[in-house]
Amino acid sequence: MRAFSYQRASSIEEAAKAAVGTEGAKFIAGGTNLLDLMKLEIETPTHLIDVNGLGLDRVEPTPEGGLRIGALVRNTDLAADERIRRDYALLSRALLAGASAQLRNRATTAGNLLQRTRCPYFYDTNQPCNKRQPGSGCAALAGFSRQLAVVGVSDACIASHPSDMAVAMRVLDAAVETVRADGTRRSIPIAELHRLPGDTPHIEHVLERSELITAVVLPKPLGGKQIYRKVRDRASYAFALVSIGAVVQPDGTGRVAIGGIAPKPWREEAVDNELANGAKAAAAKLLANARPTEQNAFKLTLVERTLSAVLAEARG
Amino acid sequence: MQTPGALDISRRDLLVASAATVTVAGAGSLAHAKTNTSAAPAGTKVSFTVNGERRELELDNRTTLLDALREHLHLTGTKKGCDHGQCGACTVLVDGRRVNACLTLAVMHDGDEITTIEGLGQPDNLHPMQAAFVKHDGFQCGFCTPGQICSSVAMLDEIKANIPSHVTADLTAPSEITPAEIRERMSGNICRCGAYSNIVEAITEVAGRKA
Ligand SMILES: Cc1cc2nc3c(=O)[nH]c(=O)nc-3n(C[C@H](O)[C@H](O)[C@H](O)COP(=O)(O)OP(=O)(O)OC[C@H]3O[C@@H](n4cnc5c(N)ncnc54)[C@H](O)[C@@H]3O)c2cc1C
Ligand code: SF4
Ligand code: FES
Ligand code: FES
Repeated sequence: MRAFSYQRASSIEEAAKAAVGTEGAKFIAGGTNLLDLMKLEIETPTHLIDVNGLGLDRVEPTPEGGLRIGALVRNTDLAADERIRRDYALLSRALLAGASAQLRNRATTAGNLLQRTRCPYFYDTNQPCNKRQPGSGCAALAGFSRQLAVVGVSDACIASHPSDMAVAMRVLDAAVETVRADGTRRSIPIAELHRLPGDTPHIEHVLERSELITAVVLPKPLGGKQIYRKVRDRASYAFALVSIGAVVQPDGTGRVAIGGIAPKPWREEAVDNELANGAKAAAAKLLANARPTEQNAFKLTLVERTLSAVLAEARG
Repeated sequence: MQTPGALDISRRDLLVASAATVTVAGAGSLAHAKTNTSAAPAGTKVSFTVNGERRELELDNRTTLLDALREHLHLTGTKKGCDHGQCGACTVLVDGRRVNACLTLAVMHDGDEITTIEGLGQPDNLHPMQAAFVKHDGFQCGFCTPGQICSSVAMLDEIKANIPSHVTADLTAPSEITPAEIRERMSGNICRCGAYSNIVEAITEVAGRKA
């Protein structure tokens, strides 16, 4: 691990200012992704700003009837929150399907959204990887790509986004609230937070370097049947091959987003209208522009079948 | 840094290999944990309680909580398996909650209360969970055991606090203690010796006694 200086920030302003004033500074929340990558020198911050003391650890109702989730709310606490369990069961389910209890006890709402890919070549510093080292090439294209993406990919990168929570947030149309070093605040729809790789796969989201996530806001509850189904190589403590988050209303209409198949939680609003016509039609539309590799083409079938199971569960 | 013995290394390889599906499929990259020794390490003071005792340390910022416990406080009960959050061998309690000590910096724990396996019980005064692991043969080599025990103690508290799990059927009903719940909730602790069924029996007995 490279040496770095360390600061415990005590206010949002202090944290954002420190980030803009120090080249190579990064926020650290739970640390479960950042430290992992720092040990491998894939992340090499020169300064860490600890944001755990900012008091952003509450879940509060909004005037619109939704919930504002503080950026530092731990994954365990969010999944266990009575209001989330009752009104946003999909989110609880997605969180509980991710990582392990120990990791969820540390992992935060903001950190989970910004966690980086688990592409094996991104982790292996002996291999070319355009995301880790722009311009070096992509070892995954002709390598082990079983875990990687089939839609939203480019010639430069086929990494998948590993977050389960983000899939639920995308179905729920959450918004990410931030503050910048100059004090200005903005709200970013979750659909616009992550960027597709194009020819700059190292740029993964729209946040500025010093932009601090303060909260994630959920609109008012959608009701309906809420399901999160994750398919993986073992029954627990593994990343998704394919996951599906869905809210299905009694009349068969609904919303669906897919995890494990794209560089961001994958949702196309137009597909929601297709749900009443069954999994085959909806999956075909979702995957119309898919560019799988030989090793991950099975995901196309898996998406359709998983969606079929989800819709059957919603009816049943 | 200690030089791990050969046995230690092979055990670690096994644990990492078993955890491979959580990170990567087949990129056997074990040559990690590089340390940059040339740069002057920046240090920070930190003070926390370990097993009821106040400890003040001035640490290189890079020191994980795990290394602070093992290398600086010489509490070697907590084990280092993968050093990447994939095995659970390093599980300790921070303010009563189980965490992977390998994926958190020691300097991030100023003012926290840390409990390790040494604090849960001692050879002549075993914690009920330690005694149950002995009784039910909940281990073979024992390398994962301190993590398993810390994890299971906190896990029962999580059920009591009504924190749901992936296998909880009804999110609005109180959490139950069943073998399926125990297995899912303990999935963050890998046992390369495969002592799982005896571990579940040990935990079930303690849970029953508590209820
Ligand atoms: C073995 C293992 C298995 C896992 N399995 C799963 C899984 O199955 N599903 C899943 O979804 N996840 C899984 N995870 C990933 C885990 O969910 C993430 O590591 C965690 O959510 C990251 O949150 P954190 O708070 O620890 O982030 P950190 O590591 O602290 O930060 C991550 C990134 O977010 C930035 N950041 C943090 N907070 C803010 C903020 N407020 N504003 C701006 N930037 C910020 C940091 O600078 C950093 O770049 C797994 C992890 C491990 C180690
Ligand atoms: S898929 Fe992306 S992250 Fe993986 S090796 Fe290629 S460029 Fe790197
Ligand atoms: S040493 Fe394996 S999880 Fe920490
Ligand atoms: S790893 Fe040997 S007893 Fe669990």
